[in-house]
Amino acid sequence: MANYKALYQEVILDHNKKPRNYGTLAHASHHAVGHNPLCGDHISVALNFDRDCIDDIAFQGESCAICKASASMMTVAIKGKSRADAEILIQEFLAMTTGKLDLESPNHIGRLAVFAGVCDLPTRVKCAILPWHTLQAAFNSVATTSIRS
Amino acid sequence: MNTVHTPVNPFSLSSFDVERIRADFPILQLAFNGKPLVYLDNAASSQMPQPVIDRLVRYQTSEHANINRAVYTLSEIATSEYEAARRKLQRFINAPEEREVIFTSGTTDAINLVMHGYGRKFIKTGDEIILTTLEHHSNIVPWQMLAEETGAKIRVVPINDAGELLIDEYENLFNERTKLVGVMHVSNALGTINPIKQMIAFAHSHGVPVLVDGAQAVPHLQVDVQDLDCDFYAFSGHKLCGPTGIGVLYGKAALLEKMQPFKGGGDMILSVTFEKTTYNTIPHKFEAGTPPIAAAIGLGAAVDYLLAIGMDAIAAHELELLNYATEQMTRMQGVRIIGTAKNKASVISFSVDGVHPHDVGTLLNQEGVALRTGHHCAQPVMLRFKVPATSRASFAFYNTLTEVDALIAGIRNVQKVFT
Repeated sequence: MANYKALYQEVILDHNKKPRNYGTLAHASHHAVGHNPLCGDHISVALNFDRDCIDDIAFQGESCAICKASASMMTVAIKGKSRADAEILIQEFLAMTTGKLDLESPNHIGRLAVFAGVCDLPTRVKCAILPWHTLQAAFNSVATTSIRS
Repeated sequence: MNTVHTPVNPFSLSSFDVERIRADFPILQLAFNGKPLVYLDNAASSQMPQPVIDRLVRYQTSEHANINRAVYTLSEIATSEYEAARRKLQRFINAPEEREVIFTSGTTDAINLVMHGYGRKFIKTGDEIILTTLEHHSNIVPWQMLAEETGAKIRVVPINDAGELLIDEYENLFNERTKLVGVMHVSNALGTINPIKQMIAFAHSHGVPVLVDGAQAVPHLQVDVQDLDCDFYAFSGHKLCGPTGIGVLYGKAALLEKMQPFKGGGDMILSVTFEKTTYNTIPHKFEAGTPPIAAAIGLGAAVDYLLAIGMDAIAAHELELLNYATEQMTRMQGVRIIGTAKNKASVISFSVDGVHPHDVGTLLNQEGVALRTGHHCAQPVMLRFKVPATSRASFAFYNTLTEVDALIAGIRNVQKVFT
């Protein structure tokens, strides 16, 4: 019960209302579109590397508040990170939202912990992880991906 | 949960006693997330009353054996109860003959039966099938599969902004290549009740048979297949207070006779040698293998239950719920009802400005309100209204005005969270 309340808290509602890094990049080095076939939602993620560092990242798409806030907070968390560090964060986020991450042990989740409650809402987990799944696809130069795969 | 059960007495229902009816449904007594369950997803699946549950238990505890085979008493009882269920369904839709009632696993299975049994035999390259924008995916995809296989063409009847079929456009689609019409009686996504009697009469004037997807109609309206004069009528048991895994295809005997079987196997044959197999008569020709015997008998009990209340009384109560909810929601700022047909069943699709349907659904669930969010397996409808998805409240005869109030309060809470 507490998890619903935890989920729709200020920070998520704020990122939904005013998503950060929303839009496209003119010359993206990596780009992918992710689909959630369960609801028809989709988001695109574009990014540019400066040497090994993610110099710029943007997203846009049609989605629910959980997905949009997750994408917005992802771009904030990822910007400036190396690909290796970003991939660690992707793994940690996926583990957290499926209840497999011990938040007490050392991790890089930080403010993204607001999404921890989604693991108790099986139908909404996919909403939260779609942006991360799409980011991984962009890293792997997979142009389109689907959350079921 | 009640152990002693008093079934609804039809003679005591001169005025509709919804609380008495609710007492028949064990699941409606439950609470979720600390709130009483407000179950408003009846268009997806309805709940089962105690008399139907009891009937299933009685069958499994004292009547079960395989049917149509053995000579012992138990098998004869099972066969006779299964066939009695068929006759109950026959009366429920006023089919002329019991052999015209085929048990299927549901509406999807029934439509696929028509596609394989009728479509693959009689629809050829260049032929045309008329469907409507409102159709559920289950009445689109089988015909697309047939079109891909045969080179037949699908023509689609458009709708207006209220979600009503454009009948002039429908009539204009007919030509000498038209071979079949597939139309839903009531839209699952919008609630529109289509003028199928008129549409069937027009199709027949061109010699074209009509398949009606009645999944959303039979729980709400008195359906009379003879009055409609439809050629096929398909529906599911689980939307009718019955079990899942059972449904019905009604078909006119003359059509069923000339169709090819859908599934091959036991029971659908008269004799089998490796040189030649002779098919059984209808309906058995289309009931290969051991059918869902318990589910069929349970559906028979469900139909008894609904008829005891009376389909007219059910329709009247549901209309009251629909009108009350529509009135409330129309007055709410930032709420848009999608599907405003003049003639509607108790289904309300809606969107809340600035809030994705899945967020609406999750927040309403927090208040105990269960409704459907998504595309409702009707993506062409969503595309027509330029929405990716909607929230949908669908009412049954056991819902109350207080539950409509809970829905409205829940929507207000959603708006509050998202301001």
